[in-house]
Amino acid sequence: MLLNGKEFILDSEISLTTLLEKNNFQISKVAVEINGDICPKANFDKITISNQDIIEVVSFVGGG
Amino acid sequence: MRIFINGKKFDIDEFKLHTIKNKYFPEADIVIYNGFETVENVTLVENDIIHFIKKGVLPSEDELESLMSARHTPFVHNKVKEAKVAVAGLGGLGSNIAIMLARTGIGKLLLVDFDIVEPSNLNRQCYYIGHLGMKKTEAMVEQIKNINPFIEVETRCVKVEQNNIVEIFKDYKIVCEAFDKPEYKAMLVNQIMHHFPNTKVVASSGMAGYYRSNKIQTTHPFKNLFVCGDNENEAKAGQGLMAPRVNICAGHQANAILRLILELEDV
Repeated sequence: MLLNGKEFILDSEISLTTLLEKNNFQISKVAVEINGDICPKANFDKITISNQDIIEVVSFVGGG
Repeated sequence: MRIFINGKKFDIDEFKLHTIKNKYFPEADIVIYNGFETVENVTLVENDIIHFIKKGVLPSEDELESLMSARHTPFVHNKVKEAKVAVAGLGGLGSNIAIMLARTGIGKLLLVDFDIVEPSNLNRQCYYIGHLGMKKTEAMVEQIKNINPFIEVETRCVKVEQNNIVEIFKDYKIVCEAFDKPEYKAMLVNQIMHHFPNTKVVASSGMAGYYRSNKIQTTHPFKNLFVCGDNENEAKAGQGLMAPRVNICAGHQANAILRLILELEDV
């Protein structure tokens, strides 16, 4: 799978929440697009990521 | 041949700019030819747009809009005038973005913020001492009316939350995220992109401190999401928000919005 342009090989399918946590993203500060579609926060636990997926994560930092 | 002088149509049979100036507006100090100030004796062609300006003379209201638009690139201006943009948050980013969009002549702005102007805003936000205690939405309306009275401004003095985003932003195809807290940035982006798949969002992330200007960039991570900032330098204790980088980021966002209005999506 591709996560923000970097290739990773998954041993098994994992939930989007687990993937984000393993990569040190804070769930409350991110927006995620999977294979070109925005992924609603309510679905983060339900969605499973497999090796064909292309995932873009935008993680916001404070200030404005 | 038909040309436009100070917003009015003229049929002319003289083809030199200086001849036209001497005939119609000999006292003009400034000549703007198709959006560009010039002293050259240009040869005119059909549909050229010329503005003659006399410094210090207050024009009639009819003439004012045309003179104000003199520096807008012709033909681009019409698209900009028909555009509608929502700005969520009127802090360091949003207040400066709203002013830039107003100067650019965006036809309609929706400005959203729940807060009032307080002294610590003045280090970077586009407000004055006289605005202290005023609602930010009202302080923006006052300024915009003094900059460009020909645009329509709608305001909402409410806190943007998960459950009111759809109602507030439903009529806008371009939404500018200009919040402070990362959780609110993420919330707005998620909600807008989920409920309005054709709406473009121009968001911000990372502009605190006095790091190099050129670290601040516009990126295009999702189909309908543009993010301006260095994606790294957050506001925190010991690393405040300062006017220069906040304005650089605001400029990135305002230009990304202008480019989206002109249907230019490459970054």
